[in-house]
Amino acid sequence: MLSKTLDKSKKGNQIKIHKLPEGNIKSQLIRLGITEGDSLKCIERLPGGTIVVQKNRQEIAIGFELAKKIKIILH
Amino acid sequence: MESETTLTNESEILNSTLQFEKNAGIKNIVLAGNPNVGKSCFFNFLSGMYADVSNFPGTTVSITKGYYKGIEVLDTPGIYGVGSFNDEEKVARDIILNAGVILNVVNALSLDRDLFLTLQLIDMGKKISVLLNFSDELEKRKIKIDTKKLSNILGVEVFETAAVYKKGFDKLDDAIKFAKTGKQDSDLTKLLLKKVDGTIPQSEGLLLLEGDDSISSKNNLTIGTSDDRERIYIGRRNRVTEIIDEVEQEDSRKGEIFNLFGRYSLHPLTGIPILICMLALVYFFIGDFVSQRVVNFTEKKIGREIFEYHVKSLVGNFTDVEIETTSLNNDGSTELKTFSFPNGMDSNLQLKNEFQNFIITKSPQIEFHFKDIIPKLFFGEFGIITMTITYLVFLLFPLVVGFYFIMALFEDSGYLPRLATMLDRSFNKIGLNGRAVIPIMLGFGCITMANITTRLLGSEKEKSIVTAILQFVIPCSAQLAVIAALLSGSGIGPLLLYVSVIFTVLICLSTILNKLIPGESTPLLIDLPMIGFPKLNNVFKKTFYRSWGFMKEAGFWFFVGALAVGLMDITGMLKIWQDVLAPFTTTWLKLPKEASSAFVMGMVRRDFGAAGLFHMDLSIMQKTVSIITITLFVPCIASFVVMLKERGWKEGLLVWFSTWVTAFFIGGLVAQAVI
Repeated sequence: MLSKTLDKSKKGNQIKIHKLPEGNIKSQLIRLGITEGDSLKCIERLPGGTIVVQKNRQEIAIGFELAKKIKIILH
Repeated sequence: MESETTLTNESEILNSTLQFEKNAGIKNIVLAGNPNVGKSCFFNFLSGMYADVSNFPGTTVSITKGYYKGIEVLDTPGIYGVGSFNDEEKVARDIILNAGVILNVVNALSLDRDLFLTLQLIDMGKKISVLLNFSDELEKRKIKIDTKKLSNILGVEVFETAAVYKKGFDKLDDAIKFAKTGKQDSDLTKLLLKKVDGTIPQSEGLLLLEGDDSISSKNNLTIGTSDDRERIYIGRRNRVTEIIDEVEQEDSRKGEIFNLFGRYSLHPLTGIPILICMLALVYFFIGDFVSQRVVNFTEKKIGREIFEYHVKSLVGNFTDVEIETTSLNNDGSTELKTFSFPNGMDSNLQLKNEFQNFIITKSPQIEFHFKDIIPKLFFGEFGIITMTITYLVFLLFPLVVGFYFIMALFEDSGYLPRLATMLDRSFNKIGLNGRAVIPIMLGFGCITMANITTRLLGSEKEKSIVTAILQFVIPCSAQLAVIAALLSGSGIGPLLLYVSVIFTVLICLSTILNKLIPGESTPLLIDLPMIGFPKLNNVFKKTFYRSWGFMKEAGFWFFVGALAVGLMDITGMLKIWQDVLAPFTTTWLKLPKEASSAFVMGMVRRDFGAAGLFHMDLSIMQKTVSIITITLFVPCIASFVVMLKERGWKEGLLVWFSTWVTAFFIGGLVAQAVI
């Protein structure tokens, strides 16, 4: 168990969302299905830090600036 | 009790052959759903009209309206929820607030994403029916959804459909007729009763509870905060998860959709080669096949040799005409011969015969010079009928069809959002996020349409930057068509020069704008749709409708442009304009003086301007300079008007004037360097 931000996760990591950034973006993340406490899989980390996560059958791309603000726990 | 009501409803549904009485008390029918759920297919079916169907957010940008059995049908942009997070959402929100009946289209394969909106619509107290689309794909992917149970939990009717195959469309009447308010979250209902005044409709009340700023300012009333919104959203999300656990079964949890191509297109190491391969295919298809083989045939053979020749000789029968012919002798030399018919060809049948025999034996190049004003205006060099129709129908149309076909393939494959993801970091450097790739790619189709799609961008700053990029540097399909035709056969060199100049301008422009324009840029957050080979049926349909739309839109302005240039030619204004611009055109751009008439046409449509260069005798480098200048030149009238609407007068005019300066400045720089 390691506490990090999402941009630090690597391809293949199973992660748990610990804390989302405040504000409108939080509501948008929740609507898309990413909530605090959710378990996701990081399926791609692009050079520069853009992250692609998978939740069930859904794939969501998250930009570096946003990924930096999402606190996660590595499984 | 619950199951009983459902049963009666079902038997009602089975027996019903719905005939709507005029309006039937239904105000309107609104289609709502997440992006990529196939809303537009339903809209097309219901309204008999065509709405753009696409596999990425942002295509249903303006409200599409039609009628079904006398009731108004409205399509909305794809949204993940009702809110005010961007302009598209605001459009959808207002339509939904005013909806009579909502058909909520849901993607059966991403139910956990889509049900959030469904629950929100139910919480708003709206009358809805759920259309479970892509239900035919469930079996293939070993997913089971208990529709009955879902219907019971939601308290609304759920219909299985497969829009691409029109499956389940026979139930749409029932879906409309039996739309009802579902089972609302009881906590929210209590909260609504307690906090919101009964005069405010429940739908707006819910958004007020959710702290929606725009609705707050509209009613001059603030009830919820963004914290309240988060709480409500989390609650709703949890309900979605519970519902999914109840109704959905996946036979093998490991049967995840794992698409190698989709994954490879994300990472630059593999994604860039994929992009290059795609662009190469586009180049061979458009640059080689369509712009050389097809256009050679349509433009030269059908357009000039058959269509124009017959029209012109028909007119020449009755009016003063001089016909210039250039023919090639066996030894390679050329021979000029002129036939004069001061009273029309029919008045001198002997010479007419001689002329006709001459063209049969020598097959020369033929130019008709009409002496009278009216024939000149309609059938002359810039003839409203001859030139316009040749350019529009025989040159542009095949090329535009080619481009729209490629664009449709790209859009429907689910590739664009992945391209957006791959390019995100590069876009960050110019104050954008990867999402901006969508309006920019669309710009290669049509700038006017792309201008509207800038709405899906998160902030004003991003919208300004992308709008400027679109007007300055992105050539639309019609323009690309002419460029492809102009450069065809002159090798890769001029093409590389053109691309690198335009690309450099793009980088400089966006870097400067990023520094100059204040404000924030939003980070990338994008849902990646499934990737797959597009349904060709849909691709052809889209290509057809867009090409048709192009002809309708562009056709008019082509005639206007031709008339303007024709009139300027006859009144001598074209000469004056050419003389005024001559120092620019001849010394700075190093082009013949006549090239400035292309800029008159270019103000009407850029592709039209480029087309004006077509019949000029230019060297390859002169061609390259002129297409660079025309690409950077002012946007066409249609996109100019849309830009003013979207971005306001100040910004629109600033962009318009700046394109003049940039086009001539950069074009000249290149000319000085290479000619």
